[in-house]
Amino acid sequence: MIPEYWRTLWRDQLRDRWYLLLPVAFVVIGVLIPLGYLLIRAFQADASELYALVVRMRNLELLWNTLALTGGVLAGTVLLAFPLAWLTTRTDLPGKRALTWLGVLPLAIPGYVMAYALLGATGSQGVIAETIGLPLDRLSGYTGAWVALSLGTFPYLFLNLRTALLGLDPAIEESAQALGYPRWQVFLRVVLPQLRPAFLAGGLLVGLHVIGDFGVVSLMRFETFSYALYLQYAASYDRIYAAWLALMLLALTIAVLFLEARLLKGLLYHRTGTGTGRQATPLRLGAWTAPAYGFVGAVGLASVVVPVATIIYWMSASVDVGVPWGGLASALWDSFSASAPAALLAATLAIPVAYLSVRMPSQLTSGLERVAYLGYATPPLAFALALIVFTLQVLPFAYQTLGLLIVAYALHFMAEAIGPIRSSMYQAPPNVEEAARSLGRTPMQAFVSVTLPLLRPGITVSIAFVFLSAMKELPITFLLSPMGFETVALNVWSYANEAMFASAAPYALAIMAFSAAFVGLLLVREKSTSRKTHAASAP
Amino acid sequence: MTDPILTVDRITKHYETEAPPAVDRVSFTVHDGEILAILGPSGCGKTTMLRCIAGFERCSSGRVQMRNRTLASNDTHVSAEQRGIGLVFQDYALFPHLSVLDNVLFGLRYHDLEDKEGRARKALQMVGLQSYADRNPHHLSGGQQQRVALARTLAPKPELILLDEPFSNLDALLRQGTRQEVRTLLKDNGLSAVLVTHDQEEALSFADRVAVMRQGRIEQVGTPEEVYYQPRTLFVAQFLGRTNLLMSDADGAHADTPIGRLPLNREASGRVLVSLRPEHLTLAAPNDVADPDPRTSGKVVERAFKGHDITYRVACNESEYLVHTSNRFSFQPGDRVCIRPLEPGVVLESSPAASSVD
Repeated sequence: MIPEYWRTLWRDQLRDRWYLLLPVAFVVIGVLIPLGYLLIRAFQADASELYALVVRMRNLELLWNTLALTGGVLAGTVLLAFPLAWLTTRTDLPGKRALTWLGVLPLAIPGYVMAYALLGATGSQGVIAETIGLPLDRLSGYTGAWVALSLGTFPYLFLNLRTALLGLDPAIEESAQALGYPRWQVFLRVVLPQLRPAFLAGGLLVGLHVIGDFGVVSLMRFETFSYALYLQYAASYDRIYAAWLALMLLALTIAVLFLEARLLKGLLYHRTGTGTGRQATPLRLGAWTAPAYGFVGAVGLASVVVPVATIIYWMSASVDVGVPWGGLASALWDSFSASAPAALLAATLAIPVAYLSVRMPSQLTSGLERVAYLGYATPPLAFALALIVFTLQVLPFAYQTLGLLIVAYALHFMAEAIGPIRSSMYQAPPNVEEAARSLGRTPMQAFVSVTLPLLRPGITVSIAFVFLSAMKELPITFLLSPMGFETVALNVWSYANEAMFASAAPYALAIMAFSAAFVGLLLVREKSTSRKTHAASAP
Repeated sequence: MTDPILTVDRITKHYETEAPPAVDRVSFTVHDGEILAILGPSGCGKTTMLRCIAGFERCSSGRVQMRNRTLASNDTHVSAEQRGIGLVFQDYALFPHLSVLDNVLFGLRYHDLEDKEGRARKALQMVGLQSYADRNPHHLSGGQQQRVALARTLAPKPELILLDEPFSNLDALLRQGTRQEVRTLLKDNGLSAVLVTHDQEEALSFADRVAVMRQGRIEQVGTPEEVYYQPRTLFVAQFLGRTNLLMSDADGAHADTPIGRLPLNREASGRVLVSLRPEHLTLAAPNDVADPDPRTSGKVVERAFKGHDITYRVACNESEYLVHTSNRFSFQPGDRVCIRPLEPGVVLESSPAASSVD
């Protein structure tokens, strides 16, 4: 029956719109073929050499380091995110709406900037020692990476938990209470199980982030697969071992994705009844209000105040010796010249992918959409190395060109562009396009004259998302940028890597501005979509 | 009769190989200036069939022909934009980013015409919205949006218009008036139209002919009077209104029914199901009947006064019958009455026809 299925699909849906498949094919080829070449490269050694590369203690050590860091950060983010989410949704803590911001703001501080700020804050010459005379050991290694990543990634978990907590039906808890369960039992047996999907979704984001992270572990000198891959690549021309490390990194990512899918299976909880869900009565904190504020304050201090204050402190040191305006301007231009075309390319590629998946939902189109997300989930260093191997063997003229960097950004961040275009696609119902066709337009003309204008807001947001993400991207830029190409992110990293904190400060501030714009955009969008769905569901 | 403008010949649409077809060998024709309604419950395949005619779905088999031009057959599929068939959608599908006038102009852009704007304005005038030309569709009421959609479809002067439940999004008060206006508009312009609807009152009052569809098949095509008074199948009889069903023994032109011997609308023999609409029965007081048949005497169970007429539920020999009388007869629950048929009984086919050909 499968050939029949494909035949019908082709005849009924795709034959008139085959050109939609071109960008989709570009994405599939752009992501999958380089990964294939990585595999080929990894096996370009004789058997004994392969054995020596794959079966060695160092790999186990790296695996242990990576897993320990991932596990530690997961635990750390749960400890930060869950109390914060619970306090801001289910209690009467005064000002909880404003405190919600604390759970979001760290998103505006990319990992390597957070690591840089923590390095600049601690130690005998750090900001904390200089200002309040508290000599802390300089953070580094496992502890440093753990602190920086926990503080930087807990918002992913926080946002998921917050949504889930707000969506819980209080009637379920009240029924449990009415059946005689004490409150803490209700919490354990009713509330926590319902939060499992949110823990898994948020945990997946955190886990993938940690596994793929390069900026933090490299600055903190903690050897995970990513960092080892970078060292191997930078230190020698032994690309085979680098390819193996990339494959191990990839395998770990795939394992995490599978684990998450497995754990999530059958975990979709819905309210079964009809009627409007209402919000639970907030828990009165009473005497616990002060400790609650203490916790929230500590989280805010560590995740926002310390890093921002540190960067401002070092910025003032930089102002004293003169801000390198020329360097900053040229770095901004380099970042811009790669990010802007990448954003346009990603949005252009995302339009047909979103169109196919919304208008012709089928196994095929949802599979295509998943390929686009594959580029996003692939650890950036592994993806960049795959592109290097691929270009060196197939397109040597493209190696170390701006064009390759742009394509890499676009393929990696395309997933961010699909979402907004996808949701604006729902504002342009298919029968509007059919109306245009019944008035004499070809499918292409109908799309351009009717659907495209309606997609414009979504496309604009997509371009902005990809642009801002590419501006702060580090590992892909690291491996793929042309000779002498120094983006803002690269400047932050290299100065921080050499403990030149004052020199890094202007660049770090610029990055934070872009990230803050990104987060702001995200929040504005979230708000407007939730308002829209709200208005749509109102009678 | 003139040549048909649209001929639909045994079209079938399969979505999945194993599942029963959504449209199953449907055939009908539409003549010049005729309005045909396709009436059926939701999910009966009527909208799929309409989309096959419009060109948005490919027929799995069968032929669609407009005048002498084949639009769809086993080896042809003229794309929707080249069919020149107007289409009015259930939710109007106005272009939200264009003004009312630009919506109407949209369909004229590729036509080699003089004074496109004049024509668009004339189309708006036809639906009484000339003063709304510069408005945004969002700011119009449902009825107005509906009329813009109609003007947009009419402006390029298509020979044939398809209407997909165009009145179902209007509230009841507006619906009746709009229906009448649209019918007048179509008739004045000599347009042919196919209307798809699940509302039997709409189909009966709007169309010149009605095709009743069920599970992908057409069960009966005829004038509103024919399908209402002479339903061919049980489904048609019940879908078009309330009816009394009598299991009867027929011998030629008459049948023995539970309420006595009745003439039939056509010859039949053996056990048949006979349908009698409530308004084809009346009631009489037992004293007024000269020779009362014991089979027809019953007792009023319920009485619903509806102003111009009255509906009675009458129990008679362990069955209940609905009787619709004018308000001159007034019986009360508990009264003994005689049921009198006014028209011949309608013989229903035991199974739906294999296929229906006009």
